[in-house]
Amino acid sequence: MRSPSTIEPREAPSADSGPPSLHQEPTLPRLLAGIPAQGAMHLHEHLAIHGELPSSPRRRRGPSPLIEQIGRAGLRGRGGAGFPTATKMRAVESAKGRPIVLANAAEGEPASLKDLTLIHSLPHLVLDGGVLAAQAVGADEVILCVCESLEAHVLDGLARAIEERRAMRSERGADRLPRLRLMTVPQHYVAGQESALVNHLNGGPAMPTFTPPLPFERGVARRPTLINNAETLAHIALIARHGAQWFRQLGVAAQPGSTLVTLSGPVAAPGVYEIEYGASLSSLIDAAGGATGRVLGALLGGYAGSWIGAEHMHGVVLSDEHLAPLGTSLGAGVVLLLSDEACPVAETARVARWLAGQSTGQCGPCVNGLAALADTVEEVAGGVAQDEATRRIAALAALVRRRGACAHPDGAVNFILSSIATFAPEFSDHARHGPCDACARTGELPLPVPPPRPTSRPTPAGLR
Amino acid sequence: MSLLAASGPSLYWYLTRSTGAVALLLLTAAIALGVIDVQRFSTPRWPRFIVDSLHRNVSLLAMAFLVLHILTSVLDSFAPISLLDAVIPFAGSYRPFWLSLGAISFDLLLAVTITSMLRRRIGYAGWRATHWLTYASWPIALLHGFGTGSDVKSTWLLALSIACLVVVVVAVLARVLAGWPEHLGRRGAALGGAALFSLFLLLWLPGGPLGSNWARRSGTPSALLPHTSATATKTGNKR
Amino acid sequence: MSHRVRVNPITCEAHGMCAELLPEHITLDMWGYPIVDGRPLPPALLDHARRAAQACPTFALLVEREPKPRG
Repeated sequence: MRSPSTIEPREAPSADSGPPSLHQEPTLPRLLAGIPAQGAMHLHEHLAIHGELPSSPRRRRGPSPLIEQIGRAGLRGRGGAGFPTATKMRAVESAKGRPIVLANAAEGEPASLKDLTLIHSLPHLVLDGGVLAAQAVGADEVILCVCESLEAHVLDGLARAIEERRAMRSERGADRLPRLRLMTVPQHYVAGQESALVNHLNGGPAMPTFTPPLPFERGVARRPTLINNAETLAHIALIARHGAQWFRQLGVAAQPGSTLVTLSGPVAAPGVYEIEYGASLSSLIDAAGGATGRVLGALLGGYAGSWIGAEHMHGVVLSDEHLAPLGTSLGAGVVLLLSDEACPVAETARVARWLAGQSTGQCGPCVNGLAALADTVEEVAGGVAQDEATRRIAALAALVRRRGACAHPDGAVNFILSSIATFAPEFSDHARHGPCDACARTGELPLPVPPPRPTSRPTPAGLR
Repeated sequence: MSLLAASGPSLYWYLTRSTGAVALLLLTAAIALGVIDVQRFSTPRWPRFIVDSLHRNVSLLAMAFLVLHILTSVLDSFAPISLLDAVIPFAGSYRPFWLSLGAISFDLLLAVTITSMLRRRIGYAGWRATHWLTYASWPIALLHGFGTGSDVKSTWLLALSIACLVVVVVAVLARVLAGWPEHLGRRGAALGGAALFSLFLLLWLPGGPLGSNWARRSGTPSALLPHTSATATKTGNKR
Repeated sequence: MSHRVRVNPITCEAHGMCAELLPEHITLDMWGYPIVDGRPLPPALLDHARRAAQACPTFALLVEREPKPRG
């Protein structure tokens, strides 16, 4: 099993360092190869490291060869849902109307930095992927969706990257390459959800809509819309150059390839790492310089994900087939370690309250249910809960699941229930005795400061 | 009620009065039920869907009576009212201003009725926005009744009108107070409007329709006014 | 050909008429929002389901022909 690579400082490209061929041993980094220490990698460096952008002419009949290649590679979405990318692309390609591609780098998950890393340092990987995907499905436009709270220099870097490519576009002939646009979306947890993204681009609020129709049939401007996570597009950029078999040389059969993971918590060097699926959690922690203290547990998948308790962390392998029996998955590549300085109960209460606040308020069960859940968890944390608090939480969870227009309430419920199960002794201790010493140090699990509130309308079960 | 000679009030004239009065009553009931409906009132014997259906059906019945009211007023040979005067204001010659209020009120209610029937096509937001017009149509209808009606001074009709006014004011009050103080501006305006309208009626009625010579002052064509000597004053004009 | 009822949770404003008119498949939670049994409707209930859908002031209740997987 190979160990994950660290983020390497920028290397000067030489004539010999071409793209890795099938005859070389498959290594990491792939996406993160040559990542600059500062600023964005320029187009010429990008082309020197990875090679020219393959031309992907769309056949008049029959599916695009790139889609077939992506299918053989077994690429799945890196935005958290893990949907097979080729299937999504085929659906958009065969839908009625001229498609449009959205490169989703909104990254509303507070504990995830991988998409930010890509658009900040390696924008051409994402833009390559967007262009290739657009050509494959017959789209004429790619809109890169980024968070509006991005720092100015990152937005400038993106604008410059798009400008660099515009020159390339006019050289190769404008009718061959799709138009590239940059759009910002609000910094809300749910704003990057697919229908919310489409809603925002159509001039509405960045809030999910009722489906059907799903974006692949009717999305932006009523056109079939292909929405791919930024990292997914980056992988497409490399699959198009090196092939499906190359992609599958890393990872495991059921989950091929490499993926970006954001590791945070008590390690020497928290940050974004590129691993192959099937790598061990301990090798990831080692690559980050090792743990700097005792760890209470690992939260995988972010605030819609679930915990692995400290006692189960040894020997954990980062692939869905190994994580599923533990009741968790990598999601959008988030691994959050909780140090023993923190109180898991207080942290859970804090995140639960934040998740309740991130409800867009469109659906009664979500806005009411998550608020009630946060109330109850806070009561338990404060030692003022009624006896049946655990039963109440379980009942609320059952009431809230699958009754919203999006998966937000489901994710929140997943997180809360997992916290209570994983840290059962701590929760019952707090229920009986109230706050512990560590409660005062609350704030380890990262949340945006201050928590941005989505535009919502009040949804009381009464008069409006 | 006996039919008088050909020069007296016809059957249609009586029907116009009665259907007008009933329409006012039904519109009042519709508004009251509408407020009860939007307040989500329900008991085991009066579930939500009953209150809602009642509101919808009473409103439709009101429209039916309004249509009858218009038809009979056209068919009545006494006053020169054409079918067009029912929907187009300021077109007629019989008490043009006061009749036009009726046309305006009917137009508003027509808009509300049509949008309610086409709700699914228009969508919830569009339907709701139009529905507010009912609050405007009611006082206009009441003024039309006072202005055009020939027997406003009769006790029963006056009492009925005042009773309906009280019901609508109470309904508006209930609607405004629920959910207070959200949208304070709109709620304040609604309260102010209801108060001003009631005050206006209190000040205007005695010297207006309840006063002397209203038939002439309201624009009845002089050919229809009873002949009098130039010096005598008219009181208790039955037409 | 089966029919199922489904709620658009965004449009729903918890008026509660659907639960009155189709209690076999719809109950209300503690906040007044409908909990819908998504199983196929028996033919005898189809008219009741349609009436419930028509009664909803915000058109949130839907009677759908084919089962729809959750998108």
